[in-house]
Amino acid sequence: MEFFTQRGKGLIWALGLCLLIASCGDQNEADPASKLEEIQGQETAVLTDPPNVPPPITRKHPTKVIVHLEVVEKEMQMMDGVSYVFWTFGGTVPGKFIRVREGDFVEFHLKNHPDNKLPHNIDLHAVTGPGGGAASTFTAPGHETQFSFTALNPGLYIYHCATAPVGMHIANGMYGLILVEPKEGLPKVDREFYVCQGDFYTKGAYGEAGLQPFDMEKAMREEPDYVVFNGKVGALSGNTALKAKVGEKIRLFVGNGGPNMVSSFHVIGEIFDNVFREGGSVPDHNIQTTLVPAGGAAMTEFTLDVPGDFILVDHSIFRAFNKGALGVLMAEGTPNKNLYSGQQDDRIYQPEGGVIQSMPEGPAVEAKPMTKEEKLAQGKNIYASNCQACHQADAKGIEKAFPPLAGSDYFANDPSKAIMAVSHGLSGKITVNGKEYDGVMPKQNLSDAQTAAVLTYVLNNFGNKGGEVNAEDVAKLKK
Amino acid sequence: MVEIQGGIYTPLYSLDSQKITVKPFSMDVYPVTNADFLAFVKKYPDWKKSTAKRLYADSNYLRHWASDTEFPQYLSNSPVVNVSWFAAKRYCECEGKRLATTAEWELAAKASPTSKDGSRDTAFRQWLIQVLSKPSGNATPAVGLTPRNYYGVYDLHGLVWEWTYDFNSALTTGESRGNSTLDNSLFCGGGSFASKDVSNYPAFMRFAIRSSVKARYCVPNLGFRCVR
Repeated sequence: MEFFTQRGKGLIWALGLCLLIASCGDQNEADPASKLEEIQGQETAVLTDPPNVPPPITRKHPTKVIVHLEVVEKEMQMMDGVSYVFWTFGGTVPGKFIRVREGDFVEFHLKNHPDNKLPHNIDLHAVTGPGGGAASTFTAPGHETQFSFTALNPGLYIYHCATAPVGMHIANGMYGLILVEPKEGLPKVDREFYVCQGDFYTKGAYGEAGLQPFDMEKAMREEPDYVVFNGKVGALSGNTALKAKVGEKIRLFVGNGGPNMVSSFHVIGEIFDNVFREGGSVPDHNIQTTLVPAGGAAMTEFTLDVPGDFILVDHSIFRAFNKGALGVLMAEGTPNKNLYSGQQDDRIYQPEGGVIQSMPEGPAVEAKPMTKEEKLAQGKNIYASNCQACHQADAKGIEKAFPPLAGSDYFANDPSKAIMAVSHGLSGKITVNGKEYDGVMPKQNLSDAQTAAVLTYVLNNFGNKGGEVNAEDVAKLKK
Repeated sequence: MVEIQGGIYTPLYSLDSQKITVKPFSMDVYPVTNADFLAFVKKYPDWKKSTAKRLYADSNYLRHWASDTEFPQYLSNSPVVNVSWFAAKRYCECEGKRLATTAEWELAAKASPTSKDGSRDTAFRQWLIQVLSKPSGNATPAVGLTPRNYYGVYDLHGLVWEWTYDFNSALTTGESRGNSTLDNSLFCGGGSFASKDVSNYPAFMRFAIRSSVKARYCVPNLGFRCVR
């Protein structure tokens, strides 16, 4: 029966089956049309140029949606100084964004501008029917064709031209996205953007100035000169970067027209809270990089928690840095140092005993004062990771090299000596428990609170006589 | 007119590499111009802009002409466009000529400026792709400005598309990717996977335009020339 489940099964099939199979049973099972809600009213779709997206659909019922899309062949910039004759749906690459609702009856008009050289058509991946509408929309220059379809499946779909030579029509920019919103709508977000990747093949190498013709050989070898978001190197940067604010939920409708490349779509410095892989219905969570097939799409959602420039890339990274697959999402707002501090220090690094030699003054995060119990617990860990390598696990040190901390007479009567050693480092001759040491102890990479904790731990273990060090004591002595 | 040598033409779309033998024929050096066509409609008023039957020419017929006898002077020596297949066929008949078959036209068009078969010449093919990639725009240049081919014919490529006698037997349907089921009565196989030469993009474009029109259509970048 697999044959009957193929895409494109329609009313004719359903009726045909009923004639073939005497005990057809419930005809509704076989007829998708019977499951459809009733169409109410009609409207003309408002289409948007990238990176904009039409507003969410608030209708609770399907309607008849009339879509007018015009094919325009025109010269545009591939990058500054480089032009190319693009073939477009609506005058932009990618083409205009179409937004309809599950169950809508779409009356589609394809217009081929009279100044165009070639016939064109459209295959919408949202269409259930032969060729996705291609055979019904084959349109000569100066003509307009029309067909209708019901948007049966919700999802985010690529549309593209499918006129021979198909590869060349797609390679020249003939693709875009159509969103079929699910009946219940999509979760509310603050901003939606439309980003579509494409690969381009030019006679000249990347950046070679002038009007560049399409290079068929490179296209067949699948060696693009340009891999770009929204039809141009730098389409999403500078004045035309995507802009949003901290705290906002962002949804990216990401498409990939190809013709050849598969995109490893990634936003540097963000994790996608939700990804509807390939534009489907099941959200996946906490995704770093998502594959967007050629002729496919993905919806990614994330919240901007901190300000800054977030870079969109195809993580096949040479495409990003050498072929143009870079975009910028600028997030405005107040930094949150708890979530992301920014650089806190940059200083000389000289490896020595596996200890990081120096770090900034003061902690990144001001913590509450710790109780003695907390200090003892945290101090144990700090000792293990910062002190044990030299002073040993039993704190007995190593004769002639590292002085002992166990039962030490060096700081027994003056814990501030220990604070000084940890905070500032210590070098030169000292005598501990009657033995002479002449080495160097580097300043430790610890905050005031951490220093207080580890010293409290040392004072209360290894046969020392107890006591407590506070962060304030450390801060005073650090000056 | 110039003499085009006969030869073997292998259709772009053919399932069993069926070849067509083309006999020698003569071809107009230039496409028919607006001035040429004006002389024709004056002689055959049935084909005037205002009187041509809609059955034989759609409402775009001679759209770029201001009236039955007027068009912008600068288009005088440019190819006539916005003419239907019926009008083109009649014009040639009245001249004692005819429209070329697709096989004849393609055979003549295979010639590069230096050889009668430029189909393996990658530079020639790249040039073709380049001129065919550019939009036509709304003013057609004059005839005779593109490179002259091996036979001495001008403008087969890059100026306007040209009607052929059997244009609609070309079998690409609007769906260029499957082995489509339309028009197979005229030819076997319509899918690109049935093509003998999958990288002949210029030929795909010509077949696409031929498949996208009907005989009564008048298209802004579609003209014609005659053969005998």
